[in-house]
Parts: sequence; C-alpha cells; structure tokens
Amino acid sequence: MEIPYTVSARRDTGLWNAKVGIWLFLASEVMLFGGLFSAYIFLRLDAAPGDWPHGLLNVPVGTMNTAILIASSVTVVLAWAALKMRDLTKYRIYMAITILCGVTFLVVKLAYEWPQKFDHFGAFIKEGALEKYEPYLGNKHLLEEGLPPRKEITGHLHNKEALKDPNVKEYEIALDPVYADPTNRKMDRPHFWPMPATDKIATIEKSDVKYATMFLPKHSSYFASYFTITGLHGAHVLGGVLVFCYMMLPASTRIYRHNPEHLANRVEVAGLFWHFVDLVWIFVFPLFYLL
Amino acid sequence: MNNPPDISPVEHETEEYAHEVRRHVRGYLMVGATLLAFTAITVALSYVNFGTQKANVAVALLVATFKAGLVAAIFMHLSAEKRLIYRILIFTGFFVFGLFWLTYLAWYDPIHR
Repeated sequence: MEIPYTVSARRDTGLWNAKVGIWLFLASEVMLFGGLFSAYIFLRLDAAPGDWPHGLLNVPVGTMNTAILIASSVTVVLAWAALKMRDLTKYRIYMAITILCGVTFLVVKLAYEWPQKFDHFGAFIKEGALEKYEPYLGNKHLLEEGLPPRKEITGHLHNKEALKDPNVKEYEIALDPVYADPTNRKMDRPHFWPMPATDKIATIEKSDVKYATMFLPKHSSYFASYFTITGLHGAHVLGGVLVFCYMMLPASTRIYRHNPEHLANRVEVAGLFWHFVDLVWIFVFPLFYLL
Repeated sequence: MNNPPDISPVEHETEEYAHEVRRHVRGYLMVGATLLAFTAITVALSYVNFGTQKANVAVALLVATFKAGLVAAIFMHLSAEKRLIYRILIFTGFFVFGLFWLTYLAWYDPIHR
C-alpha cells in the first residue's frame, strides 16, 4: 500500500503530510523543553544570593560542543540540498559527517563532561561555621567587593570513604583554585579555561557541614536542572543520530531509487528535528555554562 | 478516501527547484559561519561585566535569541513557509508564553517583594 502525500501536497494544507506532522511534534517539544526551562527560571529566581553556582562547567568543551552541533546543522541541510540536486554520493558524505558530529557531541557529554562532574566534590558549610572556614571562603573580601558570599567549598575529595563511613569525621579536599586563594581578585569571577584542583588540602569537619555530595543532580537545583535538561537534550541527539543512521541504510537508497523526492522529504523532516535540537542547545549553552 | 497517488513533481519543476537549492547552499554556509561567530561572541560577552548579573543574562539571551532566529528562519525554512505552519507556531507561542507567565505568577509575591 502506498502512503499518500509523502511527496505531493494535500490541497487543504498545501503541504505533504510529514511536514505538518513534524511541526506539530516540534510544537509539543517546545512545550516539553519550555516546561523545563521555566522550572530553571523559577529555581534560579528564587535562589538566595550565592546559592546559584557559577563557573562549575568546562566552558571551552561546551563551546566546542556548540560548534559541533552548529556544524552538524549545516551538514544536514547540505545533505538535503544534495538530494535535491540528485547527488547521492554527496548526500552520503554530508550525512556521515552529521552522524559523526552527533556521536562526538554525545561522547564528549557522556564520557567526559558528566563523569568529570561526578568526580567533583562540594561541601556546603553550616551558617554558624562559615567564619571558621573564612580562610577558604574569603567572604569578607567578597562583601567588600559587593559580591554574593560563598557557602560551599569544592574540590577533589581525597578520602572518598568519608561519604559513606560515619566513623570518618572529616572530609579532606584538594581545593579548587578559588578556595586555595579566595581573596585574589582574579578568582572573583569564573575563568574561561578551567583550572585543575590545587594540591592544597583542606580538612572540613563533618559537624560543620550542612550538606556534602559529589556534583550529582542532588547537589543543587543548578545541577538537578543541568542534568535533566542536558540529559533530555542528549536523548534527542541520540534519537536524531539513529534516524540519520536509518537514512544511510539500503532501505533508504531503495526509496531514493523509487522516488528521490520521497527521501529528500524524509531528510528534510529529520533535519527540522535536528535543527530544533540545535536551537535548544543554543539556549542551554549560555544558561548553564556562561551565566 | 480519494487521495491522489504519490507522484514526483513535474520534471522541469524539479529542475527549477534544484537550481533554487543550489543558490541557497551558499546562504546555508554563510548562516553556519555567522552562528559560529556569534557563539564566540556569546562566550566573550559572558566575561564582560555589564554591571549586574541581570544585564549579563539579558545580553546573553539576546544573542541566543538572534542565533535561534537564524536557525529557525534559514535552516528550518521558516522565512518562507506555508500558512498552516505559522498557524501551528502561533498556537505554540501562545501556550509557551502562557507557561512562562504562570511561572512568573508563581514567583511573583507582591507582599514580600
């Protein structure tokens, strides 16, 4: 059975069906991501001064991933244009580059960025003990500068057993540079190039800690929304990659031989989805990495 | 249902379209380059102190909106699309605006702020 309106336009809509379908789907996607973004805005607006972290993500890597996604958006539209010009070889090349970009994006995200966060540690200090850890926090300096206070000490946790063992009474942290030199004005704002943890070790007593965890979703509203939104976005990238892979299979070549416009339209629809995923990332990147 | 069968568009129309597409490819590459440039600009601007954090957020979102607009208008062909698509998007815009409005209402507290 032939599915109607895969190439020719319906008279009432003026469009082939999949085009209407994908836009309706994208409309629902706008609401899905819109809900999460409004949750982000809500959490952020209500965060007390100093409670919303800055500079915890790797900006150069995020920038690279943004560039990769933009490049793949260009190649997918070039793949579509190649089909329109009936050049199957070029189509395959551009499609392969698109898939490669998508996979690279996911690998960077899942094998590098996320695990790096899972290996980072933060301890929120109790209000009453902030003074005690002033040499690491530098809040008097921040007050003078008119900047929000620091309430958390972060770095690389040396004694991981402290997370589970109640008999271990303190956390030993190889400090992040900010806490090793908190009154240095250069540390007041995040840097572009991430700086590794220093070899300066701070010992923080558990009784002074309100809450301590690795950089997991439970760490803060910031990381909860970061992992939720980038996770959902990553799932979309994976979905796009799978669809593009299908479009490289012999089944798709057969469609091309039968009617090249049919495959071109499929690629256009998948491309629309891919551009949407790119569009979401254009907002995710500044909101989580830069601001 | 009296759906007409799927057929390829008339040969010469396809040719004309392919010609049009070729013309557009250059545009796609230009848009791609612009998007990359504006990514660099977004990153650079985030290290400029615009006075308040709110001002920095506003600047970054302005650049992001411009980039998103380019993707939507050129890559997603929204600059010249059929009316039905715009209608769908008007509804989407309305509902997403409503969603953000609800968020604002939930946050806004006229007594304590």
